[in-house]
Amino acid sequence: MTARIHPLLGALAILVFLFLLAPLVIIIGASLSNTTYLTFPPQGLTLRWFANIFEISAFRNTALTSFQVAILGTGLSLLIGIPAAYALNRYRIGLPKWLGTLFVLPILVPEIVFGFSLLKSVTIGMGLPVYPSLIIGHALLVLPYSVRVVGASLASFDFSVEEAAISLGCPPLKTFFTVVLPNIRAGVIAAFILAFITSINDVSISVFLTGPGISTLPIQILAHMEQFFDPTIASVSVLLMLVTVGVMAIVEMTLGLTFLTK
Amino acid sequence: MNKFAKWGLTLPATIAVVLLLVIPVVLTIATTFGEPKGVFSTYTAFFNSGFRTNILYRTLRIALITTAISLVIGFLTAYVIAQMPGRLKSIAIIAAVFPLLTGVVVRSFAWLIILGKNGILNSSLLSLGIISEPLSMLYTEGSVIVAMVYLFVPLMILTLTGVLEGIPRDVVEASASLGAKPIATFFQVILPLAVPGLIVGAVLVFTGSFTSYATPQLLGGEQMMMMGTLLYQRAMVTFDWVGASTIAAIMVVITIAIVSIMSRIARRLNPMAV
Repeated sequence: MTARIHPLLGALAILVFLFLLAPLVIIIGASLSNTTYLTFPPQGLTLRWFANIFEISAFRNTALTSFQVAILGTGLSLLIGIPAAYALNRYRIGLPKWLGTLFVLPILVPEIVFGFSLLKSVTIGMGLPVYPSLIIGHALLVLPYSVRVVGASLASFDFSVEEAAISLGCPPLKTFFTVVLPNIRAGVIAAFILAFITSINDVSISVFLTGPGISTLPIQILAHMEQFFDPTIASVSVLLMLVTVGVMAIVEMTLGLTFLTK
Repeated sequence: MNKFAKWGLTLPATIAVVLLLVIPVVLTIATTFGEPKGVFSTYTAFFNSGFRTNILYRTLRIALITTAISLVIGFLTAYVIAQMPGRLKSIAIIAAVFPLLTGVVVRSFAWLIILGKNGILNSSLLSLGIISEPLSMLYTEGSVIVAMVYLFVPLMILTLTGVLEGIPRDVVEASASLGAKPIATFFQVILPLAVPGLIVGAVLVFTGSFTSYATPQLLGGEQMMMMGTLLYQRAMVTFDWVGASTIAAIMVVITIAIVSIMSRIARRLNPMAV
């Protein structure tokens, strides 16, 4: 669809984009301010708040935990999600419809309810330590991406190619890794990226699953903010934005960002 | 072989979801009915408490207002983006994706700097002489709504840009060539065709803001609790697990009700699905 845009509508769109980006610019400005309180525009420029992050061991430790949990949780979700997505697309008619719904339940159930229930039943009920509970929680949280995004790319895969490989004598498992997987690579990468960024930013599940010495970066940021309101938080936020930039660069290189509007 | 494969491949994910999500959530809900005072006693306690029902109504109100504002802003912006030439369009999409992929803590924190007592808005208003002493804007419904709209507008823009791009060009051109003015085409052709997408966006934003935790925690504080922050407080501060489970159950029921009602409406209103 193409039509002419009314100038008023154009002006509104510009205002919306200002509204979307200004707060992030303000954070960047505040992170550079040479004051002990948060202010914008920055007064004097310094990078000492960035140095300060690395001096606070809680930030270092939680950043590491967040990264590990995101990688392991995402990996785990792909490990169980890709086979499920494959089966759902390959044997479309033979499988009940509710199975597809089951795998997107983690999006449907309020995250905070899931986090609380996980704490009650798994961490306390089953006596699982906090760290594995955290990984399991994140793996389930991002499972819908693994199943749906990989599934979308399997939906356009021509399974007769796979059949050809098998009928020519290639074992099924080898066929999957050498024929199917290379064809759905983009979907797997996209699922990984979306899952990773969701996990690393998660609050509602992690907030229940922190124990002695174990916490994630977003939870640590919330805790730090309750005590100090200095530019350190702004500089941590800037580092997290850099992670976002990195992720977007990978998406753009592999799939193109317009993928996200589909 | 096939039979084994198709069930076997879905088995790990099925077991994981059932064992670690479905059963724990069902157990949470089940514990609310096991009180010695009666099966529904925790629910009567909830709905008899003015404090707690206030929080429920506030949460519904904030979610509804956030959804309405995001729908209007998101739809108009997406409409403009859909008309943009290729290069400008990619820039606009990047500008919407970037905040979307930035964490909720970071995005809510930005509004703490802006709306705080010594924040940017107060200091600019003071220096412009519009106000004589700083306004208390934080910990109000307004501050929570602003941050929520900020949180969800990018999601709405991206969802609706996809929907608008999917509207066939022929339909719009046909409307114009039959003499409809652009504004008539907008309201009589484009808007009805976008309704299913608008409903999807509305459901995403409503459920997202209804169940949010971090934003009300940061910008609402103790004064402006929402269901998510109330659940956390009951569970982790006062250790009233049955009370927390009751809140969880109410949240699940409302979320599922909204999703199923709205998806039914979306199916009925879809003009392309005849």
